[in-house]
Amino acid sequence: MKVLRRLWQALRHLSGDDAYERYLAHHRAHHREAAAMTRAQFFRSEQTRKWNSGPQRCC
Amino acid sequence: MRSVLAWGLVALLGAGAFGAIALHRGETVNGVWFVLAAVCWYALAYRFYSAFVTARVLAVDPTRATPAERLEDGRDFVPTHRWIVFGHHFAAIAGPGPLVGPTLAAQFGYLPGTIWILVGAVLGGCVQDCVILFCSTRRDGRSLGQMARDELGAIGGAAALVGVMTIMIILIAVLGLVVVNAMKHSPWATSTVAATIPIAVVVGVYLRALRPGRVLEATVLGVALLLLAVAAGGWVDHHPLLRGWFDHDATPLALAVIAYGFAAAVLPVWLLLAPRDYLSTFVKIGAIAALAVAILVLMPEVKMPALTPFIDGTGPIFGGKLFPFVFITVACGAISGFHSLIASGTTPKLLSSERDIRLIGYGGMMMESFVAVMAMVAACVLDPGVYFAINAPAGVVGADAAAAVAKISSWGYAVSAEQMAGLARDMGEQTLFARTGGAPSLAVGMATLFASAFGGSLLAAWYHFAIMFEALFILTTLDAGTRVARFMLQDLLGNVYAPLGRTGWTPGVLLCSALVVGAWGYFLYIGTIDPLGGINSLWPLFGISNQMLAAIALCVATTILVKSDRARHAWITAGPLAWLVLVTSTAAWEKLFSPELRVGLVAHARDLSAKLASGSIPADKLHQTSQLLVNDRINMALTALFLVITWLLVLETARVCWRWRQGRLDPPLAEAPYVRSRLPA
Repeated sequence: MKVLRRLWQALRHLSGDDAYERYLAHHRAHHREAAAMTRAQFFRSEQTRKWNSGPQRCC
Repeated sequence: MRSVLAWGLVALLGAGAFGAIALHRGETVNGVWFVLAAVCWYALAYRFYSAFVTARVLAVDPTRATPAERLEDGRDFVPTHRWIVFGHHFAAIAGPGPLVGPTLAAQFGYLPGTIWILVGAVLGGCVQDCVILFCSTRRDGRSLGQMARDELGAIGGAAALVGVMTIMIILIAVLGLVVVNAMKHSPWATSTVAATIPIAVVVGVYLRALRPGRVLEATVLGVALLLLAVAAGGWVDHHPLLRGWFDHDATPLALAVIAYGFAAAVLPVWLLLAPRDYLSTFVKIGAIAALAVAILVLMPEVKMPALTPFIDGTGPIFGGKLFPFVFITVACGAISGFHSLIASGTTPKLLSSERDIRLIGYGGMMMESFVAVMAMVAACVLDPGVYFAINAPAGVVGADAAAAVAKISSWGYAVSAEQMAGLARDMGEQTLFARTGGAPSLAVGMATLFASAFGGSLLAAWYHFAIMFEALFILTTLDAGTRVARFMLQDLLGNVYAPLGRTGWTPGVLLCSALVVGAWGYFLYIGTIDPLGGINSLWPLFGISNQMLAAIALCVATTILVKSDRARHAWITAGPLAWLVLVTSTAAWEKLFSPELRVGLVAHARDLSAKLASGSIPADKLHQTSQLLVNDRINMALTALFLVITWLLVLETARVCWRWRQGRLDPPLAEAPYVRSRLPA
């Protein structure tokens, strides 16, 4: 059971599904004073950041 | 002692598997030997050679803070777990190249391509990726172009930039041609590929507006829709009216792909590009895993011989002798210059420790090389006669089935028109003849394997699934590549006219996108009207430019090794560099000056102009022939450019290294200063 849960967590981590949770954790730890982005805002900003830098895909 | 014994056994097993492949003198050899040889070879290379490279040559320092740690900003620079970084890096470098290249290289038989995939990757490609990743990490994630400028000077930087832009254009054009050739006169394939566009939009809207950030949910939705699209394609195929809508010749399809490329490059990222990217990554990984399982379960017999007579240069799929063209054709399966862009892109900004460079840099490329081995096996499980019938262009074997089978059988590869017709029916296609570009023959191979391994004889569905999977991530490479090339162009033109450099300025975006799409669209269009099959000229051009970029990367790597007092070990990059320069120079020379019409551009152009002058071209082909002639001249210019750039970089490298050895330390080594890491080990 625990193995399955670990596998599921790994899948969420690899696919980027838990990116918002990780952002919230980072935010709580380092930038408590500012307001955290909502899930929608965070996802939007991540996408912009990802697609505005360098080659994404190879041959 | 136990470890020595264990590795000794691995070596023995690998040698045995290699022997089975190389020395086999029977009818067929089993595909499992390929997998076994590859796995043992990679295990040994990773355990010993990558350890040597990272520990002794590069001297990676786990105590050193990586840029992700030093410059952590929660956005670009984020220390990330090594397997996550591996996943991102592999997803970025794994493109259609290792699937198409080995399939085409099978023209020479399975042996030369397989050997180069294994040896070239372990000694060349993996080393390049690993060393460039290291160099970029030590320079706070600087790109290849920037590193070339820093370490080699302005000429190096400029050459790298020009190299990258031209490769992108040709890469996109040839990949576009591969997709077009799979879709031409195939309503099922065309409707399925067309469906991927609205499906991507649906997923994009889902992720943007409905359930932001729920990647797994959106992926499940998208994959379900894609499978539905594959099934629906079969229904369209049998529907007399709808069939007509999706049945098109190559040139109109090329125009559709061009229109798509432009739209994808200018529309907002979240609508088309990003969701396509998610879907294609997941589908790609799933399909490759399924292929590996199918090969292991089925243990198929490889019917292609180890060597074919076409090593003498008379091959139908592309002209050129074994040396240098097997290396040019395999390209990404062994060494790919493009990977050095990825390895100096976002990956170095995610590393938590320099220790991870071995797994991600070396291991990532090894994985890609393994994909290439499986693609080779999948291509070679076909009857050689069928393989050639699918991949040989009409201009070589004749336009109708009877002429084609006669010609191919005369080469010693038995195939019959009934056999091809039956196979086409099984795959849900009107015809499989002259479906050049590697994708359809790979799809036939994969479909045969999947249908046998996973039960059910839905060959047509498996075939179109394979076509859809390849088209999916080819088109994603196409639109992502167009976008990157557009950024570079805007960057470049921004120096001339500032507003063009602003990525938000719509007229600039539209203009630059049009220029980029126009450039690759031109080569794609020519590819569709070329009677020799555009693959014959485009793929070698792509291969040469790709290997040239790899040479540029290795030049930068070698220079850095020499400048950081590791000249004694610089052979790890200088060796592959020398080989690449030899191969690309010979290939470029032959592409220019070979007397063979299907290889040499000068000879081909001369032949075309003679035919035009003598009036032996029929009136309806006059316009196309003069277009082909112009294209020959453009290709000549490009090939000469590649040759010049390669040698420019080599000479610059030699100059800088020589000066450095003489004590003239200029340009200085640009490494970031040492800072001790505070992350837990």
